[in-house]
Parts: sequence; structure tokens; C-alpha cells
Amino acid sequence: MTTRLIYFAWVRERIGLPEEDVDLPAGIETVADLLRWLKSRGEGYEHALQYPDVIRVAINQEHVEHREKISGAREIALFPPMTGG
Amino acid sequence: MSAAVVPTVRIQREDFDVAAEIARLTQGRADIGAVVTFSGLCRDEQGALAALELEHYPGMAEAEISRIAVEAVQRWPLQGLTAIHRHGKIAPGDNIVLVVAASAHRQAAFEAANFLMDYLKSRAPFWKKEHRADGSEGGWVDAKEADTKAAQRWKPSE
Repeated sequence: MTTRLIYFAWVRERIGLPEEDVDLPAGIETVADLLRWLKSRGEGYEHALQYPDVIRVAINQEHVEHREKISGAREIALFPPMTGG
Repeated sequence: MSAAVVPTVRIQREDFDVAAEIARLTQGRADIGAVVTFSGLCRDEQGALAALELEHYPGMAEAEISRIAVEAVQRWPLQGLTAIHRHGKIAPGDNIVLVVAASAHRQAAFEAANFLMDYLKSRAPFWKKEHRADGSEGGWVDAKEADTKAAQRWKPSE
């Protein structure tokens, strides 16, 4: 199944893409698994996800924890802590 | 009892008119005794800042602020609630965010506006990038620990 990944702020700048569609390999079950896998995809990803703990994640436009399962996610967004308001 | 209040949430590039937003909540009714507004503006940081660029997550920005606003309406007896957040390039002195809370008595409106802002700062998907007055790129604004703490104080005690 294809999953759309969306990146914002410095995560987007470091990866060098605003979004992409990926086919997740077997064994990627949680958000933490996804971050670990993405980090190994190249220099930009490595730079963006150097400290995975600080990365915030939303599945289908709702905040989730890193232990959350990602099965059935259409859209997963990765971004830094928010600074609106 | 009046019908449940449906909050108004808008994410927009253009500016907002504070007086018009108050009037939109109060016009034609006589049961509102208190209106609290909060406006967040762009600071110039002692002349060092030329502008802030506000990036947002379209769709989720509306959805998340709406979730927070619905929680506020459930927690306090409000008669109206509006939240507006701008995105794009914003110059020092210009508006960024507006919250308007209306209630019969002031306490509910004060607390709901405060709650909404605290939650919005730590949960609404917006990111500020600085443009410096000297032409250099200032980089992304760091999230503040104090903002996370401010949101945590509204959690019901266990």
C-alpha cells in the first residue's frame, strides 16, 4: 500500500521534498519504525531525523505518539515542534 | 439553555478586523455579558526582524484548532468562540492570531481564551521562520518549553 508522507518546516528543508508517496517495506509497524527506516534513506533524511525524539508526527491529520501503529494511514506528516500563535 | 455553541475557526492569509469579529459574536443578542479578545502580533525584536514567515499544514491546522475550540466550549459556558490564525509572510506590528470568547460572566471568557491560546501554541501545526532585517535568513523559531508547560496546566488533575 502506498502512503503519502508530508514534511514541514526544517524537516521539509532538510529532506528536500514537501511530500512523497512511498511503499513501506514489511516490518514497519509503528511511527518509530517509520522514522528509523526513513533516516537510512540518505543524507537529507539522516540530517532531518538525526534526533528522532524531537520529531512530531500526525497520522491522517491528528497528532500521534511514536509508539502508534501506522497500519491504514493514508497520510503521515513529520514536522518539528510547533511554533504558531 | 441555548443550543450548543459552534466555534468559528479560520485559517487565512489576509488580516482580520478585531472589532468586526467581536460584533459578529455579539450583534443582535443581549445575553452576553463578557467578551475577551486576545491578539497575537509580530514583534520586530529590537529592529532585527524584517518579517515572520508562517508555514502551516492545510487541513490539519483547521482541524486541530477546531478540536481545541470544541474542548473549550465543552469546558466553559461560552456564548461564542472565534479563533483566526494567519499564515504567509507577516511584518512586524501586524496581526498573527485572534481569539474572541464571549460568555455571560467574565471568568469563563478569560479562561477559555487563555486555554485556547496555550493549546494552540503547542498543538496547532504552524511554524515560524524569521527573515532578518540585515537580509540574512534567520532560521526557524525554536519551540519554547514555557509554552508546553503553559498547556500542561489545563490538564485535569488525576
